Amino acid sequence: MSEPSAPAGIDLHAKQVGRFRLQDKFFHYSTQFFAFIVLAALVGILVSLTIEAWPTLKVFGPAFLWTNIWSVPDDQYGALAAIYGTVVTSVLALLIAVPISFGIALFLTETCPLWLRRPLGTAIELLAGIPSIVYGIWGLFVFAPLFAEYIQPPLQELLGDVPVIGDWFSGPPIGVGILTASIVLALMVTPFIASVMRDVFETVPDVLKESAYGVGCTTWEVVRNVVLPYTRVGVIGGIMLGLGRALGETMAVTFVIGNANRINGSLFAPGTSIASTLANEFGEADPGLHIASLFALGLVLFILTFIVLAISRWLISRSMGTEGL
Amino acid sequence: MPDQAMPTGENIALQVRNLDFFYGDFKGLSNINLDIASKKVTAFIGPSGCGKSTLLRTFNRMYDLYPGQRAEGQILVHGKNLLDKNQDVNLVRAKIGMVFQKPTPFPMTIYENIAFGVRLYERMSKSAMDDRVEWALNKAALWGEVKDKLQQSGLSLSGGQQQRLCIARAVAVKPEIVLLDEPTSALDPISTAKIEELINELKNDYTIAIVTHNMQQAARISDFTAFMYLGELIEFNETGTIFMRPGKKQTEDYITGRFG
Repeated sequence: MSEPSAPAGIDLHAKQVGRFRLQDKFFHYSTQFFAFIVLAALVGILVSLTIEAWPTLKVFGPAFLWTNIWSVPDDQYGALAAIYGTVVTSVLALLIAVPISFGIALFLTETCPLWLRRPLGTAIELLAGIPSIVYGIWGLFVFAPLFAEYIQPPLQELLGDVPVIGDWFSGPPIGVGILTASIVLALMVTPFIASVMRDVFETVPDVLKESAYGVGCTTWEVVRNVVLPYTRVGVIGGIMLGLGRALGETMAVTFVIGNANRINGSLFAPGTSIASTLANEFGEADPGLHIASLFALGLVLFILTFIVLAISRWLISRSMGTEGL
Repeated sequence: MPDQAMPTGENIALQVRNLDFFYGDFKGLSNINLDIASKKVTAFIGPSGCGKSTLLRTFNRMYDLYPGQRAEGQILVHGKNLLDKNQDVNLVRAKIGMVFQKPTPFPMTIYENIAFGVRLYERMSKSAMDDRVEWALNKAALWGEVKDKLQQSGLSLSGGQQQRLCIARAVAVKPEIVLLDEPTSALDPISTAKIEELINELKNDYTIAIVTHNMQQAARISDFTAFMYLGELIEFNETGTIFMRPGKKQTEDYITGRFG
């Protein structure tokens, strides 16, 4: 057996290693490039939004945020009504969607019979896949009339005389409005939140649940004390995902919110959201302050979403810090 | 089973009669009959898949959680059949505690890990609860190590400490029987020794049933040993007899390492 001569062998390896190193470098820089594209796009959008919105920001200043006027003929613009509509519909949608999603996810992971698990899970994923415009036309032509006819009047009768809350349910039951938009939004974000919750609930190890059942817990006690704390981070993430989607949802909301640029204390009254204002007015906006104000609205939505994201990050890191999970 | 020497003359904590267990169509246990003596340690040994963990899991009806698994026969505690559909399964589990192979602290503080189970069944003042937590942690020989960090997460402990926390959690609800499913198989030798010492202590107050892969462990800590093979109880006797003069060829082959 003749060994290959040492120097030749080393040379051969050195050559190979050199090539590997080059490949690795190339790989490193190309992936870095792709990652930086995202960053560049983010900064680019922020900068171009700011530039386009600049005339409005210069004329109205920060007061743009809390001025309740949106008048194209007078060339006076303030974002308050749109911000109000966006925040109220999104928060209401979450208030409706989170408990429902929680129930769906729990049923699917903890108590659902095996044969029903797959069809139900698939149905929920399909619900998430319906285009938002379909929710919009369904909301406007099917849900809103039924809502006006069968739900709004009894709701008004029941709660209309209660102090404070009563004002929320005042006004003519016309179907479209803030509450209708919230309900349609809730329907749209529920599948998202439910499937995230289901996925994180499934990550809880069986032995952990068995231990809790082992000390005599009921299913609810296991969920409340073991499953939820264990999956808290993922649950918050799922809710924030839903909130992010609700804030930016355009088509469905545009169909059912009523598109009135004003703030009304009643949830039955038509309102507007940032996204629906943009969708409604961009087509026929004249260059100048009107276009600039729409861009400013876009900037506000961008920042609003960013704040939501930041808060969720903060919540997650805080809860991880205190519990040592 | 004619020649099975049951623990006669002892107080019997739990009686198994004609027990069959099914995973769907597969029969995991067939015709198991044995008595578990009160305040003694009963060990279950046998090769992997012989049904010893399955048997343990019928004692607190853990299989109820999984569709398709069912048990037939009788498991009698104080003359009542645990397998009876009318039995409150949560009450059964509170009376029969379980500790698993891997430590499973709940995602909460050390204090809460113990107090949680107690709170399900007993209402007590804060100070009584403090006492109970200290008592349970003492029982599990863990108090000294954690008394200054009760408010830390149970997950911050080492593996051996976590397992003792789980034992403390099981005894805190004052069960009658404690089931241990290979409680030391994920632990290092020092932690294992501590747990074995602890089991020896615990049998003063509790009936203990332990599944183990480690035959030396069974010989060291148990009073009675059951040898299982392919879903059947092959031999059940006092531990000394099983290891010194096994009655069946299969038992002898297994404990001398000729198969398994």
